[in-house]
This record gives sequence, C-alpha cells and structure tokens, in this order.
Amino acid sequence: MSALYAVFRRELALAWSAGGGAIAPVGFFLGATTLLPLAIGADHELLRKAGPPLVWVAAALAALMTLERLFQADLEDGSLEQLFLCAAPLELIVLAKGAALWLAVGVPLALAGAPAAIALQAPTALIPLTVASLAVGMAGFIGVGLVGAAVSAGVRRGGVLIALIVLPFFAPLLIFGAGVADEVQAGGPFFLLSGCALGAVGLGPILAAAALRIQAG
Amino acid sequence: MGGDHHFQASLSVERLTLARGQRTLFSNLSFEAAPGAFVELRGPNGVGKTTLLRAIAGFLRPASGRVAFAHIEEPALALHFLAHRDGLKAPLDARAHVRFWAGLLGGRSDAADTALARVGLHAIADLPARVLSQGQARRLSLARLLVAERPLWLLDEPASGLDTGGRALLAALIDEHRARGGVVIAAVHDDLGPGPTRAIELTP
Repeated sequence: MSALYAVFRRELALAWSAGGGAIAPVGFFLGATTLLPLAIGADHELLRKAGPPLVWVAAALAALMTLERLFQADLEDGSLEQLFLCAAPLELIVLAKGAALWLAVGVPLALAGAPAAIALQAPTALIPLTVASLAVGMAGFIGVGLVGAAVSAGVRRGGVLIALIVLPFFAPLLIFGAGVADEVQAGGPFFLLSGCALGAVGLGPILAAAALRIQAG
Repeated sequence: MGGDHHFQASLSVERLTLARGQRTLFSNLSFEAAPGAFVELRGPNGVGKTTLLRAIAGFLRPASGRVAFAHIEEPALALHFLAHRDGLKAPLDARAHVRFWAGLLGGRSDAADTALARVGLHAIADLPARVLSQGQARRLSLARLLVAERPLWLLDEPASGLDTGGRALLAALIDEHRARGGVVIAAVHDDLGPGPTRAIELTP
C-alpha cells in the first residue's frame, strides 16, 4: 500500500510542478472550446448541436497530449527499473500512476467542461451532467492511454504511434460521451460511457504492465 | 538503519549465457556470491557488464543458464539496483526522492534525513534535482541503498562522477554492507577501494 501511495504522490507532485504535464492539456481544452463559438458564430442552433461532440473531441485530444512522456520519462531516466523492485504488483503501480494523472489532469479538465458548456450555449441544467461525464470519460481515456504510452515508451517521438494505438479505442467513449448531452436519450449513454470507462480502467493497467515488462527486458 | 541485522542471502550464477539481439555477449559464466561477498565485474566497454547486472536483477531473461538465490523469497524485493542513470526527477528535491524510495522499496521514510546526512547532501536536501551536479546526483542514488535495507546490491559503475570524498563514502558503505553479511556485485573500471572477494574478467 505504501508503495502505491508513494507512486501516486510523486506523480501528482510531478504533474503539478513547473513544467509538469497538467497545465497544458487543460489549457488546450479551455482554449479550443472557447474559441469554437467565436469561429462558428452566433448560430445558436448549430452551436447547441455541434457543441457536445466538439467538447469531447477536445477532451480526447487533450488526454492524448498527456500520454507521450508518461512512461517514456521513467524509461529514460532509469526510474522505471525501480518500479520493478517494489512489493506492489506492477499492474497496481501503473493504476496508481493513471489515478494520479486523472486527478491532476482529468478532474481539472472535467471542471473546465462547465465554462466550455456555457460558451457552447448548452442548457444550464446539463452542465453538472457534462462535468460528471467528462470526469468519467477522462478516466476511460487515461485507462486506454496507459496501454499506448507503455507500448511506445521506447520509441522516440512516439506521439504518433500512441495516437494510432489509442484513438480507435477512444471512439466508444467519444460516441457515448457526446451522447450524454442529448436530452432525448438521457441516462442510457451515461451508463454505456461508464461501462466503457470501467473496462478501460480495469484492463488498461494489466496490458500496460505487460508492455512495460517487455520494454525493460 | 538497523546495524545489527545480519543478512544470510547468497546467490549463484550458473552457466549463464547472455545475448543482446542476435549477438552472444558471453557464455557459460558461473560464479557464486556468499554473504559478505564483493564481486567485481570487469571488462571492456560493451562486453555485457550492465546486461549481466540486469539479468541478475531479473529485468531480462538469459539466453541460457540461470541465477539461483538462497535465503531469498522474492529476488526483486531483496536487491538494490544502482544503474548508470540515477532515476531522478528534475523538479523534485533530494528529500522527496529519498522519501519516495523509502515508500516504494519498503524502507522507513523517517530515515530519509539520516540517509541524506550520511551521503553528505543534508544541506541541500531542499534543492530540486535539476540543479544537482553529476556527483551529487550519484550521492543521492547512494542514499537509496541506505533508506531501504536489502541484502543484495547490484552497482553499475557506482563511482562515476564521485569526487574523492564520494569514493571514500562508497567504499565505506560497501564495507559496512559486507560486514552485515550483504552481497555486493559491482561493474567497475577502477578499483573502488575495498578488495573484492572475487574479480570476474568478462571477455567476449
């Protein structure tokens, strides 16, 4: 337990430190979602329809931004090996890293979904649901992303490879996430989104740990 | 740091053959390391000293042969691996590193300051790793050996970057560890100070 807590705390400290990975993706998400209405113009009906999908595309791309250095930095500076020498299973260590990333990036980004929804003319009643679904969706994105980040940890400029690996698996989260804001089918998409995210969070660390063991060998 | 603790762990490398890609580095290497042993690995660059240490640590699978441990339940929890790279994160300070290692490797985080003082970094415990010199970074790595008690030390050119005082410190740490029954296996180019119980010259 203390090994997992140590990893979780360190990742959180790194993400929030100067030059850490938390600020850029949240900034990107806020920037993209507040610029969109300016680009689209004053067509309220169009904004209302295009808003949720665009928010989710921005969230998916912001999640992608955090992944490239997630394990690569550990592999390069030699701290990955230390993770093999602790009492906790590597799968749980990876999960702890993912949980820290979610808290450092996923939660702030979900909260940034509120101003984004307002900028995109979403009904105010939908804002809490948007924030909740983004928080769940970010957990799913990170779960999938752990695998892509682990597989490409040894690849220079591995960002493109990560995108190729994870974007197809982002699709279900994106589809159900954007569907949550659709008043006609409220409820259903949120549960489907949660199911997909849970699957990603459960399977992602197992596959990522397997990939990391190969990277170290 | 529990000075009265006496380690019993030992290991033997049995007919080990290691390969990197398709190329065989060396074959049929055998040696034993009893409690208190200090094994030096020597040989030209690229001969496979680091690869051998990594194989003993269990990070990679040998092409043939095996590494057998005695009085050790789980090798990964019984060894320290000090690699070329110190595993430091630029924004975090020295104390945060030692506390992290204590938590990760099953040591005591209240021993962090004692360990930092021992390696001579107490005065700069609050400085981020990015401003540490190469020798200071190496000293910080040495603190990892102190903060979690483990019987088997695998050291990959541990003296690189260290000044005279640092080398004396390293020699003292190795002596103390051996006195407690610990095993040290180190890849070296120059003598570390303590006389090895066994020097192995790796040849291609």
